[in-house]
Amino acid sequence: MNTSSGKGYMSTASSSAGWKAADTAATAVDQFPAGLRVLVVDDDPTCLMILEKMLRTCLYEVTKCHRAETALSMLRENKNGFDIVISDVHMPDMDGFKLLEHIGLEMDLPVIMMSADDGQHVVMKGVTHGACDYLIKPVRIEALKNIWQHVVRKRKNEWKDFEQSGSVEEGDQQLKQSEDEVYSSSANEGNWKSSKRRKDDEDETNERDDTSTLKKPRVVWSVELHQQFVVAVNQLGIDKAVPKKILELMNVPGLTRENVASHLQKYRLYLRRLSGVSPHPSDLNNSFMSPQDATFGSLSSLNGLDLQTLSATGQLHAQSLVTLQAAGPGRSTGKSGLPVPLVDQRNIFSFENPKLRFGEGQQHVNNNKQMNLLHGIPTTMEPKQLAGLHHGAQSMGNMNMQVTSHGQQSSQNNSLLMQMAQPQARGQMLNDSSLGHDPRLVSPMGQPISSNGIAANVPTRNGIQENIRAPSYNLVSQSSSMLNFPMNYAWELPVNSFPLGSTLGISSLTPKVDFQEADIFNDLNQHKPQNWKLQNAGMTFDASRHSNSLQGNLGHTQPVLVKQGFSSGQVNGQNRNAPVVSKAMFSSGDSTGQVNAQNGNQCLNSLLVDGTIRVKSKTPISLYPDHFGQEDLMSALLKQQDAAAPAEHEFDFDGYSLDNILV
Amino acid sequence: MEVVQIQRNLVDYTKSLFMEGFLDGQFLQLQQLQDESNPDFVAEVVSLFFDDSQKLLNELTIALDQPIVDFKKVDAHVHQLKGSSSSIGAQKVKNACIAFRNFCEVQNIEGCLTCLQQVKLEYYLAKNKFETLFRLEQQIVASGGSIPMIEMGF
Repeated sequence: MNTSSGKGYMSTASSSAGWKAADTAATAVDQFPAGLRVLVVDDDPTCLMILEKMLRTCLYEVTKCHRAETALSMLRENKNGFDIVISDVHMPDMDGFKLLEHIGLEMDLPVIMMSADDGQHVVMKGVTHGACDYLIKPVRIEALKNIWQHVVRKRKNEWKDFEQSGSVEEGDQQLKQSEDEVYSSSANEGNWKSSKRRKDDEDETNERDDTSTLKKPRVVWSVELHQQFVVAVNQLGIDKAVPKKILELMNVPGLTRENVASHLQKYRLYLRRLSGVSPHPSDLNNSFMSPQDATFGSLSSLNGLDLQTLSATGQLHAQSLVTLQAAGPGRSTGKSGLPVPLVDQRNIFSFENPKLRFGEGQQHVNNNKQMNLLHGIPTTMEPKQLAGLHHGAQSMGNMNMQVTSHGQQSSQNNSLLMQMAQPQARGQMLNDSSLGHDPRLVSPMGQPISSNGIAANVPTRNGIQENIRAPSYNLVSQSSSMLNFPMNYAWELPVNSFPLGSTLGISSLTPKVDFQEADIFNDLNQHKPQNWKLQNAGMTFDASRHSNSLQGNLGHTQPVLVKQGFSSGQVNGQNRNAPVVSKAMFSSGDSTGQVNAQNGNQCLNSLLVDGTIRVKSKTPISLYPDHFGQEDLMSALLKQQDAAAPAEHEFDFDGYSLDNILV
Repeated sequence: MEVVQIQRNLVDYTKSLFMEGFLDGQFLQLQQLQDESNPDFVAEVVSLFFDDSQKLLNELTIALDQPIVDFKKVDAHVHQLKGSSSSIGAQKVKNACIAFRNFCEVQNIEGCLTCLQQVKLEYYLAKNKFETLFRLEQQIVASGGSIPMIEMGF
């Protein structure tokens, strides 16, 4: 449909095949906002007709609808068919706010509410339900002329999330290109659209239909697939294994870079775990994917990992490997899988540091040793513990998780902790970090601690980082870190983000942790709060993902994430809102910038690229999830937002929370 | 009558409607939406409004006639009427609806009935005015002239 100029934008977006090309962006820019596809829903035919005419005059592509149900089915049938929805509040068949919620959840499109009712409470309702704007009838055409801004804004945020979670490299490139464009956001939009479409088209193995870029399609990592993955990774070298290349090597139709990226993350966590580090991210990853996937992934990764790796870490690994293998693919729930890793981790704990085997680099190796110690801390978080911990020591868990889970982060940690060859570590990590959605920046944590002169911490950190590789469960890492080092809290802080793991395992540790955390945090904060923050951020993210899948108990699910919307920097919040966190991570691309700014660490910055995690670590307050309820988190989050001061412990995703809330 | 004369009449008439409060700025918005591709846009929308409002008024009459009045339902109808009347710029009708809603809120049946009468009255008056307006426009167009745009200081 390129008959009218209004369609030019659409056609441009759809025609662009790959990641944004400058010319595609340019075309989109020229056309935009003309051709914006608007769906307008109102039971009043008069208003509907007027709105349609007004929108057409603005050169938008309009589809009108009398009923909310019809609108919803239209949206469902054609997930990518619309850019924005305008809906009346009072409708006979469905409340406008309900429709708003549905759209936000299922399609994640920007929705503008409108009504003749201008009462404050109604407008407030629109805000709380996630409307991106509220128009009072009679609507003037001037008000409609600028609705495109909501689309751009949302795309921009999603783009950042998207690129963070999936394609850091590509995202960076695109971002750079887009930034050169006049309408960088629209360019992103075009890119995002095309890339998303491509991804949607390519993803044959999706288990469910994801309309939002924030939700990744589920891929079942079968044994063969995982073997292919491992082969590809080993071929490339664990340090150089980036999702893109792995994907190419694997050459599996329907598999996306993101699938590989998230799997890689889990894999790394697993490796870390084997090496004694508590892979918090891995847990998240697992949780992110279906429990089965998670379990399987971890198990298979164990299997596939190589006995060598396992043996490297020590007998325990072998033991765990055996156990895991036995438990194996047969395991259907993430939970069942959990105990195994937990045990392993505990065992691992005693081992010096297996992580090196994957060639993560000397740095890692060193770290591993130390990290092992951390990992050593048995994450005695049995599934039920996990459940119990729900709101518990999130921070603790988070910390561990964070540190270990991200490849990226690990590098960070390593670099930070070790304070040596940081750039190197970073480089490695960066590659690693092109993992999918988890912009976990666990590593930073390590450093601050070490800088504090806590020798113990340093090693731990490294170890933690190493752990990240292994797709271990958060729980495991958490407990290990906690136990071994008093500084645990440091790790824990990041843990906040990892709601599931941390809460569960941590509950027992929490008291200890909290206490320690407080101390440590203060120290850390002084030293490198930034780093720490990153870690937390990373953790959070991972945690949320993992927690979802891992913990059946927690009952966190993807949807929950979406709804939670709060990631609020508090640890507590994070734990609870694990799901949200991940979402938050995606949506708040801004955080990254913030973190970077705050940290001023190049390495951190680079790591942060994907992570919007804003770690404003500071006061241990966040570490005590128990104290915070959702409202608290929300208000805290909002406060933090307002404060706009990194000074608070924000593991959080300040940026996220707000976004989430709206969702 | 000459086209110019009719055009002048139209302009004067329209202005008077604004002065008297029958029309408000929203009507101008509608007029601006009308163009060559949609020469009858305003007339179409207005007639759509009157058809739809007629149904609403009937519903309201029935609702208020019930032994037990469902004020929520009544309020919903009035709210819609308010929305659509405001969208075409029928100011007096809109104002009558606002008053009507106030009585609905306090669940005052008498007040509601009175308001309903008022709304109906305004409805018919507005309908009349619009019909005159469109008739003038049609005459102009029939005579080969173009409909003058009203320049108002809104």
